[in-house]
Amino acid sequence: MANPTLFQLATTTVGSGGVSSVTFSAIPQVYTDLKILISAKSDYASAHMNMTVAYNSITSGYSYINLNGDGSSASSGSNIVGTSHYYIGEMTGTSGTANSFTNGEIYIPNYTSANYKSASVDMVNESNNAVAYAYASLDAALVSNTASITSITIAPGAGNFVQYSTFTLYGVRNY
Amino acid sequence: MAVQFTYVPIATQTLGSATASVTFSSIPSTYQDLVLVCNGIRSAAAVTAVQLNGDTASNYSQTLLSGNGSSASSSRNTSVGNGVLDYTGNTTNPSTTVAHFLNYANTNTYKTFLSRANNASDFVGAYVNLWRSTAAINSIYIYAGSGTFNAGSTFNLYGIASA
Repeated sequence: MANPTLFQLATTTVGSGGVSSVTFSAIPQVYTDLKILISAKSDYASAHMNMTVAYNSITSGYSYINLNGDGSSASSGSNIVGTSHYYIGEMTGTSGTANSFTNGEIYIPNYTSANYKSASVDMVNESNNAVAYAYASLDAALVSNTASITSITIAPGAGNFVQYSTFTLYGVRNY
Repeated sequence: MAVQFTYVPIATQTLGSATASVTFSSIPSTYQDLVLVCNGIRSAAAVTAVQLNGDTASNYSQTLLSGNGSSASSSRNTSVGNGVLDYTGNTTNPSTTVAHFLNYANTNTYKTFLSRANNASDFVGAYVNLWRSTAAINSIYIYAGSGTFNAGSTFNLYGIASA
C-alpha cells in the first residue's frame, strides 16, 4: 500500500478572550504542499470582517484576485501592487448570526520551492437569515518571493478571532 | 481497528523541460475520489484542458464561474471534446489548480469533476465539468490549449479512500 500523505502538523483553538492573530511557525520543510482549514469568527462590531495572511517575515510582494458572492450579486476584486499580506474572507462579525462561524481552506502547493508561492483559498459563511450576512469567496493569492515558507500568520483585518475559532495546518506529501 | 489512510499518492510528475502535455495512466480503481494538484507557469495564455480515458469525442461539458479582479462572470460549454481545469492569461507567475474527480470509478454514473483555478495576476475561477461516460477513469491526459507548461511545473495525483 502506498504511504499516507496528509499529516496534521499543528492546530490552534482560540480560548476565552480571543486572539489578534494565529501563527504557525517552524513549519517542517519535508512536505510537498500545505493545507490550512479554518473555522473562525471575528469580534469586530460588524456583520463581517476579512482576514489577512502573511508568510515568514515577508512584508511586500503579495497580490490576489478574488471572486465573491453574497446571495444577491457576484463581484471580483484584486490587489496586485504588493501589500504586506493578502486578504481572504469574509468571516462573520458580532452582528452576524450568533454561533455562525466562517469556514474555509487555504492550499499552498510547493511551499519549499524556489519559485514564487501561489495559493488557492475558499471561504464561506451562511447565516440562515435573509437579512444577515452570507458570503462565499474564492481567492487566488501570490507572494512574489522565492523563500521557503517557514511560518504563516493569519489575522483578522480588525479586532480579534473569537473563542472556539480553530485553525489546523496539514502537510501534504506526494511520495 | 486498522488505521485507514485516506489521502494516498498515486503518481507525481515534475517537468524537467517545457512540455505541452502530461498523462497519468493506469489509475487504480480502488479509491473513492481523485485529487489532482497542478502548480506552475505557462508559456502562453490558454486553458489547461483534460481528456479522460483517451476520449476525444464531444462528451464533455463545463460551467465556469470566474473573476478577473474587476468583474465576475459565468459561462458554459456543452458537447465539446475536452474538460477544462483552468485558464490563465499570465505567463509570468505560477498558477495553482486543485481538481476533484468524484466517484471516478463508479461504472453506473457519468463523471463530474470540479476544478479550482488560481492565478493571482490574472484569474480566479471554479469549473464544474461533466464527462458523459460510465467508464471508470483510468487515465487523465492534461494538455495546454496553447504553448507549454514550463520546466519545474508539478502535477500530483492523489487517491481519496472512503473509510
